[in-house]
Amino acid sequence: MWNFIIRNIAQRLVLLVIVSFLAHSFIHLAPGEPSEVDPMNPRMKPEDIAKIRAAFHLDDPLYMQYAYWIRDLASGELKSFKDSQPVLPKIWDRFLNSLPLFILATILVWTWAFPAGIYGAVFRGGVYDRLTVFSSYALISVPGFFLSFLAILWVVGWLGVPVISIKTFGMEHAQPVYQLMDRIWHLVIPSVMTAIGGIAVLSRYVRSQMLEVLGQDYVRTARAKGLQEDTVIYGHALGNALLPFVTMFGLLLPGLIGGAVIFEQIFAWPGLGRLAYEAILSRDFPIIMTLNFIAAVLTLLGTLISDILYAVVDPRIRLD
Amino acid sequence: MNHSQTGAQQKAGLASLDEEGLAPQETPWEEFLRIFTKDYQALFGFWVLVLLLLVALSGKVLTEWWVVFDPEAVRLTDKFLPPLSVPSPDSIPEDRPFGGVYLMGTDELGRDVFARMFQGSFVSLSIGFVAVGISLGIGILLGGLSGFYGHVKLWFITVDTLIMRFTDAMMCFPTFFLILTAVALLPPSIYTIMIIIGLFSWMGTARFVRAEFLSIREQDYVTAAKALGIPEGRIIFRHMVPNALAPVFVSATIGVASAILTESGLSFLGFGVPPPYATWGNILSDGKGFVFDAPWLFFIPGLAIFLVVLAFNLVGEGLREALNPKLRSR
Repeated sequence: MWNFIIRNIAQRLVLLVIVSFLAHSFIHLAPGEPSEVDPMNPRMKPEDIAKIRAAFHLDDPLYMQYAYWIRDLASGELKSFKDSQPVLPKIWDRFLNSLPLFILATILVWTWAFPAGIYGAVFRGGVYDRLTVFSSYALISVPGFFLSFLAILWVVGWLGVPVISIKTFGMEHAQPVYQLMDRIWHLVIPSVMTAIGGIAVLSRYVRSQMLEVLGQDYVRTARAKGLQEDTVIYGHALGNALLPFVTMFGLLLPGLIGGAVIFEQIFAWPGLGRLAYEAILSRDFPIIMTLNFIAAVLTLLGTLISDILYAVVDPRIRLD
Repeated sequence: MNHSQTGAQQKAGLASLDEEGLAPQETPWEEFLRIFTKDYQALFGFWVLVLLLLVALSGKVLTEWWVVFDPEAVRLTDKFLPPLSVPSPDSIPEDRPFGGVYLMGTDELGRDVFARMFQGSFVSLSIGFVAVGISLGIGILLGGLSGFYGHVKLWFITVDTLIMRFTDAMMCFPTFFLILTAVALLPPSIYTIMIIIGLFSWMGTARFVRAEFLSIREQDYVTAAKALGIPEGRIIFRHMVPNALAPVFVSATIGVASAILTESGLSFLGFGVPPPYATWGNILSDGKGFVFDAPWLFFIPGLAIFLVVLAFNLVGEGLREALNPKLRSR
């Protein structure tokens, strides 16, 4: 077991190096530069640009820039190009804002996708199955922001749910209960919108996985023994069908963070996604690179945990 | 042994099998057609796509080569006209739309939304196809390399390790964020968007192809082909690639759908295809500011994208069901 875990961590570390390399080169191989953000500004003289480039090490060769980036990142000294604030605390603040959204969306995805997919597979071809399959297609086919706008127009107009930003402005002196309620209401629609894509995709995987398992010989054997249909499905099939999804946990993270860019923009949610968008607009390289890097690290952590879990749960995987 | 003899022998063999009632009842293609045509959702999607292809081609012809519908004509007298309205009497006669009616209304500059959607259908579709073409090319190449030549050692690591570690690393990044970053930093152009979407979405294909190649490489017919002394290139392209293509084809269909969605997402964030090209994505994101005053500017492109992406997804799923014997109902 320990061997397996250590080998897995070693592999992830190698990946981490590749990832940091890629995160750095994506940004620097593109021709845009921070000094070109405001080319029409008459006060930006060539010597100012030269000064900026020197301050940000933009004139050094790429591998030196990479070394500087890693050094500053490791020592926590990395500063944003835009406002010279340290990058890590800035990202951490925004991450805390995004966290409730991510958590609620993840909970929604995992609690909705499984029942939907499993029932679809069990009652294959029935009305329920067709309805869920079709609606999952419909939901992944709508542009996310189109659906969110519809939600804002109709749900918000109808129920009076507040949506914009993380809390209502000017509620600081209200009772804590009202503040909490306000927070929760703000959370609902953005997280549902973030979760919808995940639910649609995951429920389809669950369905096809369950269908595959239901077609296996051991399920037929279980039926042939004369077991109750419920025992066959929940006792014999379900566990085996759900096993692969332990590994999906880590892989759903990048989608969540990528999707946050759009949804946080729509709902003016001051989280990671908006930070990313603002950083892209102002060509704030340290923040873009670090965000990409952190997203990748989170994914690696997620897949590491799920791989270990998978090995623990699935007896067919030998750990030597 | 020449071909006619082989053919004759095969026929004779089949005939003898036929006499014993053992010949296959239908060819794979017939089987595919039988399953696919029974799937009404997929069939619906298929016809929508055929229609879309016709619309897109005629859109290209009628708005750019032989301008019947002019998507760029600005008519400030005819701003925000609802669908099916006629041009106002003081509009310039040459600028009036074909047929004398705005089928889908006009936008904030008085441009004919129908003409813009018509032009945009080709642009949106070509973004999808080019992006998927690029991602398929990279995916098949890398996946095939690591599936077939995976055991070859380069210095100290195998080709397979090298390619798959790179693929894993790419999969760690949030794709949309990467695409957004790259598109925002590069000079804005429609080609940038196509290429970037393609460059950052090949990972799934590469993994599919590798898995398929690994299992096909061990099949008896490949061993037989090797034993016959058939050159490696021919084994790969004549014997293995066609058998590995089914899942690739499915993911390509769905890839076109997600490329169209990605483009609309980029448009929403302000990094979409720059003018003068109209795409459904940028018509939609321009229209979002007028949801209350001119809802058609928002709903027409939104529903159009929805319908087309849905059609691609349904066809993709239909293909998956028809091509994968494991998923069929028994």
